[in-house]
Amino acid sequence: MENLARLFRDNIRQYGMVLALLFIVGFFQILTGGILLNPLNVTNIILQNSYILILAIGMLLVIVAFQIDLSVGSLAAFVGAISGVLMVTEHMPFWLAMIVILLFGALLGAWHGFWIAYVRIPAFIVTLSGMLLFRGLTYVTLQGQSIGPFPSEFQLISSGFLPDVFGGQGIHITTLVLSFIASIAFIWSEMAKRSALKKYGFEPLSLGLTITKLVLILLALNAFALSLASYKGIPNVMILLTVLILLYTFIANKTIAGRHIYALGGNEKAAALSGVKTKRVLFWVFVNMGVLAALSGMVFAARLNAATPKAGTGFELDAIGACFIGGASTAGGIGTVLGAMIGALVMGVLNNGMSLLGVGIDWQQAIKGIVLLLAVTFDVFSKSKG
Amino acid sequence: MASTILEMKNITKVFPGVIALDKVNIRVASGEIHALVGENGAGKSTLMKVLSGVYPHGTYTGDILFNDKVVEFKDINHSEHLGIVIIHQELALIPHLSIAENIFLGNEQAMAGVINWNKTTVRTRELLKKVGLTESPNALVSSIGVGKQQMCEIAKALSKEVKLLILDEPTAALNEKDSDNLLQLLLELKNQGITSILITHKLNEIAKVADTITILRDGKTIETLDVKKEGITEDRIIKGMVGRDMTHRFPERTPKIGQVIFEVKDWNVFHPEHAGRQMIYDGGISIRQGEVVGIAGLMGSGRTEFALSVFGKAWGKHITGSIVKDGKELKLASVSQAIESGIAYSTEDRKQLGLILIDDIQHNTTLASLGKVANGWVLNENLEIVEAEKLRKSMNTKCSSIKQKTVNLSGGNQQKVVLSKWIFSEPDILILDEPTRGIDVGAKYEIYTIINRLASEGKGVLLISSELPEILGLCDRIYVMSQGRFTGNLDRAEANQEKIMKLMLGAPVAPGKGN
Repeated sequence: MENLARLFRDNIRQYGMVLALLFIVGFFQILTGGILLNPLNVTNIILQNSYILILAIGMLLVIVAFQIDLSVGSLAAFVGAISGVLMVTEHMPFWLAMIVILLFGALLGAWHGFWIAYVRIPAFIVTLSGMLLFRGLTYVTLQGQSIGPFPSEFQLISSGFLPDVFGGQGIHITTLVLSFIASIAFIWSEMAKRSALKKYGFEPLSLGLTITKLVLILLALNAFALSLASYKGIPNVMILLTVLILLYTFIANKTIAGRHIYALGGNEKAAALSGVKTKRVLFWVFVNMGVLAALSGMVFAARLNAATPKAGTGFELDAIGACFIGGASTAGGIGTVLGAMIGALVMGVLNNGMSLLGVGIDWQQAIKGIVLLLAVTFDVFSKSKG
Repeated sequence: MASTILEMKNITKVFPGVIALDKVNIRVASGEIHALVGENGAGKSTLMKVLSGVYPHGTYTGDILFNDKVVEFKDINHSEHLGIVIIHQELALIPHLSIAENIFLGNEQAMAGVINWNKTTVRTRELLKKVGLTESPNALVSSIGVGKQQMCEIAKALSKEVKLLILDEPTAALNEKDSDNLLQLLLELKNQGITSILITHKLNEIAKVADTITILRDGKTIETLDVKKEGITEDRIIKGMVGRDMTHRFPERTPKIGQVIFEVKDWNVFHPEHAGRQMIYDGGISIRQGEVVGIAGLMGSGRTEFALSVFGKAWGKHITGSIVKDGKELKLASVSQAIESGIAYSTEDRKQLGLILIDDIQHNTTLASLGKVANGWVLNENLEIVEAEKLRKSMNTKCSSIKQKTVNLSGGNQQKVVLSKWIFSEPDILILDEPTRGIDVGAKYEIYTIINRLASEGKGVLLISSELPEILGLCDRIYVMSQGRFTGNLDRAEANQEKIMKLMLGAPVAPGKGN
């Protein structure tokens, strides 16, 4: 029990936000009379927030590097407009158009990266300029009109579901199978971690605690899968998100590049004097943000089934908010991809829950503002205690 | 000198899990300069925070008597009101405000909220005169040197009608000349009846100005020494501080010196921001295997700039000259190339430039050579922990674990983490810039031992230091720099303080080997 308390105290930043999310979910579940966790609505929450989650992954790296990117909403809109022109007007095959657009996103990110890393203009200014520039170019490209509809294959990115190869009736069996495989993989990776720790002569977490942790996580995972399975199964975009989250968590924690980003954000000068190529790292962080913003823009355009001039308005603030709610430090050097995802879900569930209750968009904004402030306040205090 | 201005009786201050001060007693006579010494962590700063009200009455036990009256300070304003002013180690001036604005910050010469600038300027000029500065009151603080900034801090204290002035390591960042000026000023203030408490690690300063010395160790008062009565030697003070006889301040070493492994020739460097300002003129050094080579010089002589420019052009512009290592010429365009070529540079400013303070010991240790704990691009964290743990043990870094954030370590242990980082990069040449600045006597000795060990392993060590005894005690050969030029190259046998000092001041070069 004492161990459990210590484990909790040491990880309060991580677990605190998970608890906050659970609390918010429980709160709205009761108030909406069970509609929030209804399988249809769970699927909806994922679809509605997918593009913010994708942006938040890129933004997390930007914020860890002690930078900011205000342009991602405009960039997503611009990219959406270009995809409209390529696919709808020019009839380019959707897969070729997607590749071109991801490269284009990288190019726009490189534009920011060049000014920020090599000319040393503050990111706030460069990306504020980008925010105006790309929004303007969106209007120029679309001439103030919406373009649509998109080819049906493209729409599937954000509105399609994984087909059920087992042909389940009323329940999506593939989803359950995948969730089972994921559970096994998770148990295997935890065990592998333990044996590696032992091999190097470290004391791993006690077996009881590990099992408790595993049981809790697996319960949550499978309950979630069951909920998805009793509607239409796993949305395509969730597969995309899962891959991105795993990939970027790996990059952040387990690669030299990831470590260099954290070092750069923690103390740029010390990192430079330790051989970190700070300019190059900074440049690539923004290139990466450009690619993810392009991906997000396409997911949003596919969901709307149209490229519109006003797409992506305010996305940047949702993504930035998600990172800070998820425990990223405003001073750089601290933050996790998973935290940012939880932060984005806190915002997403708040939006969804309030909409279900019939709270107007006006009050939603106000309440989200207060939540952001409370979350960061909590973070500051838990940091000073730690 | 009979009357007592301050007496602190049985002061005990407890932090969760630690007794920082344990029944500390100190008595300061009116009009004296009272030195407070002790190793880092001995409780000096905590004691001064209790005195100045940073830790208010009620958070400690014991009594403070100021002018024979018991005082119970609520906060720092309260103690300043009675004339107790503390000047912290880190300067609290705002660089982009003028001297006058800084001096009267929080104490503005105003009527109904409107500042009277004429009065401010006139009073500032008077105060500056008292501390021996001729700068204009409107000059920006950022435009004057660190030494003069320290004087401004004192002027600020004087503006508050100070009776008891507390200086926490005021000369830590100052060169010899500025330090002397500051100590001189303390003596003048003493003549005007201002009492000072001086916290310092520099024992020679104590000999110059102090009347009384109180030694703290592990949160307890060890002894109070009267400088006038007893002939106090530095060794005597050190003995009190560390609780053991330190007959040898520097560990013994028998140098085993081999061939020249590293040479810098015809090195010229220009300032990166001020166009056309040359900082290093035709510099050149050589380092042999197993040799500890020193660079002595005043602050601003170009020692750090020289080292940084050699370390992969980390500083400076239009750098020309050649670097030869093991007989091969190196072209170093970046810090990472320098590290790969077996050169390491440990900075003089470990907090700003040496460590990622918000990160832990483990990550800081491996930062400069992550490739050693990775397969390709992927880190092996378990291996990383093993390596960081090995270094923690061999460096004897005191911490709860290698997962401890470096911001929470003492100065000496932070320095050990910086050294761990560079030792882990397995360099052949280690440049150590002020490796013992601001750390206590015990930790210094440990750092010296590490330097000797590195040399005995056959590495070349380049030691940059402002402390001449340190240079003389450790180095086999000593280069001296003055205003961007190398003015001397002395063997251990021929070097002494006077010779080096002359060369540092740019006096005519004594017949040495030259370069």
